[in-house]
Amino acid sequence: MTTNKSVENGVNTQALLDAREALSQQPAGAQFKWRATCKWINGTHSRSSIEGFHGLGAEQKHKTEFTFDADHPEVFASEDHGATPVELVLSGLGSCLMAGVASVAQLRGIQLRSVTAKLEGDMDILAILGADTDARNGFNNIKVTFDIDADAKPDDIKALVAQSQKRSAVYDIIANPTNITVAVA
Amino acid sequence: MRTTTVVIGAGHAGLAMSRCLAERSIDHVVLERGEVANSWKTERWDSLRLLTPNWMSRLPGYGYEGDDPDGYRTMPQTIAFIERYAERIAAPVRTHTTVISVRCCDGGYEVATDQGVWQCRTVVLATGACNLSSVPACAEAVPPTVSTLTSMQYRHPSKLREGGVLVVGASATGIQIADEIQRSGRPVTLAVGEHVRAPRVYRGRDIQWWMDAAGIFDERYDEIENIARARSLPSIQLVGSDERRTLDLNALTCLGVTLVGRLAGMRDGKTQFSGSLLNMCTLADLKMNRLLDTIDAWATDNGLDGAVDPPHRFDPTRVDASPLLGLDLQSGEIRTLIWATGYRPDYAWLDVPVFDLRGRVRHDGGVVDSPGMYVIGMPVLRCRRSTFIDGAGNDARDLSAHLASCLDNPNALR
Repeated sequence: MTTNKSVENGVNTQALLDAREALSQQPAGAQFKWRATCKWINGTHSRSSIEGFHGLGAEQKHKTEFTFDADHPEVFASEDHGATPVELVLSGLGSCLMAGVASVAQLRGIQLRSVTAKLEGDMDILAILGADTDARNGFNNIKVTFDIDADAKPDDIKALVAQSQKRSAVYDIIANPTNITVAVA
Repeated sequence: MRTTTVVIGAGHAGLAMSRCLAERSIDHVVLERGEVANSWKTERWDSLRLLTPNWMSRLPGYGYEGDDPDGYRTMPQTIAFIERYAERIAAPVRTHTTVISVRCCDGGYEVATDQGVWQCRTVVLATGACNLSSVPACAEAVPPTVSTLTSMQYRHPSKLREGGVLVVGASATGIQIADEIQRSGRPVTLAVGEHVRAPRVYRGRDIQWWMDAAGIFDERYDEIENIARARSLPSIQLVGSDERRTLDLNALTCLGVTLVGRLAGMRDGKTQFSGSLLNMCTLADLKMNRLLDTIDAWATDNGLDGAVDPPHRFDPTRVDASPLLGLDLQSGEIRTLIWATGYRPDYAWLDVPVFDLRGRVRHDGGVVDSPGMYVIGMPVLRCRRSTFIDGAGNDARDLSAHLASCLDNPNALR
């Protein structure tokens, strides 16, 4: 794989390619577990902390613990101490696609100057209010619009965004069904 | 029984290898579970025609001899073509001989069949890439009220029940089946994952002509960036027809076929389709345009621009703003489900430790990771052309040369 040395998007593509090669030989190391702990604070306000995860056959740790507050806005009669959980989902999707765009751009020798993704999710809240049992709780539709300034032809930029969707974990989580087990300890 | 080389499978690839071995006076037999061209005789739907034009079937000492080089063979014509080849080269084929096991033995391999045991120094696996249908695990959850069959079992729309049909998979197989079933009056829903789009004819020439001429088919396996991916790509969405029509997703939409995303799961008798349809189509459109860019550049570089039609581009694939995310298979709307989700080889009889973690035979351009063992007739085996009948000749020449050099050097064999 050729990596254009003059392009610098801050992505270490060689490390990623090496990891792909190494983990293909040792697939057990590719089995990861991601974790978050969420604690109720008051009302609809909660705080999630994220620090440890499992991967490469061992327990791993972020450099520091990260915390994220979630709440609901005042129009929901809440105190608005943080973004709503569904906004955090949009944020997760945006960040995941963004990481993909940067990585693929580096791999393809495309210098990025600026990238902005705007995300919108349409929702009929009658469902979560229990007023319309036919409506879906979640998003009916998600729209992501990328605005990219880069040294590349328009079709190459489109291909970058398309490839990033193809390799995105959060895109897959949202677009495809996942089994969820919620237990009470 | 004893011979130098056992070739397993009498399709075009096994026969090409037989011809090359004969040229080198290497004693061999070709074992065939059924008859010559068996898969073409027993595992294809009625209307199928080859996706490559007639001229694109150059085999060692053989090729197209008719007066329609740009046409596409029907199945009976394909079978006759391969049968004639076997006769022409007088291949030592043992028909109705099913291989039960291949294992290592002193000095080579022991090939056990239902017609006796062969001892040989070298063995060539020419059983092909399409022995079994690949069907996703969720197939088990399809309600019993829906008839299911694989593209290998499918023959003709009239053999299906009246009513809706869900075709899963949009490679060449899936789109061709979807097309004829929709035309039979059975409304088709087509689940579309990753696919490869191309026009049948571009600038007046067959797309395969362009790829052949521009050298795309000659790209070697060890020069391809991600060979595992190249080997597992779905077949190009093409159909062979007299009018050389393009059969893409837009053509199916015009016929009334409903496009949905990849079949992602099955729950409570309901299908779950991925929300990724738009991106799958965007990827295929962009990839097709890159191919056409390559062709245009090659045409210019080779002074062909005046001799062929001018460059142009095709409409992007049309996708509904909100494609269906699920279908209740118990509602009676869908009466038949067809898995057109690809094929895989069957090596249940191969008792030699040559498999990688995913059950694929480990090989380097057909030279299997076990001395004296070879594989031929697989997608992108030695170059992109290997995928087609047209590629078996060069592969057989290269691999028979390797095989011969091993026979001359006992240290290279078992």
